[in-house]
Amino acid sequence: MIVRIMGEGQVKLDDAHFTELNKLDDELLDEMESGDEAGFRRTLGALLEAVRRMGTPLPDDALEPSELILPAPDATLGEVREMLGDDGLIPG
Amino acid sequence: MSDGVMKRMGMIFRAKANKALDRAEDPRETLDYSYQKQLELLQKVRRGVADVATSRKRLELQLNQLQGQSAKLEDQGRKALALGREDLAREALTRRSALQQQVTDLETQHQTLQGEEEKLTLASQRLQAKVDAFRTKKETIKATYTAAQAQTRIGEAFSGISEEMGDVGMAIQRAEDKTAQLQARAGAIDELMASGALDDPSGMAKDDITAELDRLSGGSDVELELQRMKAELSGGSSGQQAIEGGQNGAGQSAPQQDRPRFDKQ
Repeated sequence: MIVRIMGEGQVKLDDAHFTELNKLDDELLDEMESGDEAGFRRTLGALLEAVRRMGTPLPDDALEPSELILPAPDATLGEVREMLGDDGLIPG
Repeated sequence: MSDGVMKRMGMIFRAKANKALDRAEDPRETLDYSYQKQLELLQKVRRGVADVATSRKRLELQLNQLQGQSAKLEDQGRKALALGREDLAREALTRRSALQQQVTDLETQHQTLQGEEEKLTLASQRLQAKVDAFRTKKETIKATYTAAQAQTRIGEAFSGISEEMGDVGMAIQRAEDKTAQLQARAGAIDELMASGALDDPSGMAKDDITAELDRLSGGSDVELELQRMKAELSGGSSGQQAIEGGQNGAGQSAPQQDRPRFDKQ
């Protein structure tokens, strides 16, 4: 599967890693919903680190849609909430 | 269990890409429309990078001015102390301390802006590569496939580029927000300079500490020279020490008649 890290580009990952990523992803959602900024930062860092470690970057000119999309490393809890809350993802 | 963050974000991107695709009946129109959109965004990204770079340069100029002013106040403090005017020296150093705080804040903001600029430059290069790839794919699809077959191919290409556009669009938004904050701050510093609280960049106007030091040194240069000559004749200590010895100890303020007036020029 292909994962996009916003601001960094896309990474190709073996589907076998899906379980581990899902676990972190669910944690991230819980922390976002409870407003735990410190936990959110920690989990987002771990999630990004796992994706970078296990994946292979896709070339810049690849036109593959991503199955999963992750916020940028320095995205705040508020920014991510906003992205999920409205249609502010694609300009125009 | 509900979908996590990355799944939901992925779904939002896909939903938006599909919505954009559904707008056009003819897939070839969709391709052309999408390509136009990409070119517009690329223009916007380039403008964004230029805006951020302009803000960064302005910040660098202000930082240089503030650092120059800070060094000048330090010199004034030293000179005032040599003339035995601890009150003036304290005033100069107090002002310098306030300036240093500004310098530290600006340096932090400068680093932030530099980071945004680098990210935006990278995003711009990535988008450029994607747009080039899309153009090639667009022509291939148009030339090779019937409308029905094209729909699937277009969907894939469009989703890929839509994500990139959304990602870059957000990077621009962030950089613009940061730039707006910095411009407000830069404006405040310009106002400080204009009000005379900071030196004007031309260096023509004299601040009150300089004026007072000039007034004092008119007489004290002669005194210093005399002290130096006396010291030479007696083969003793330097004029500087003689002057310091002449002070009534540190921490004592100047006599009432020599008190400086810190009026604005």
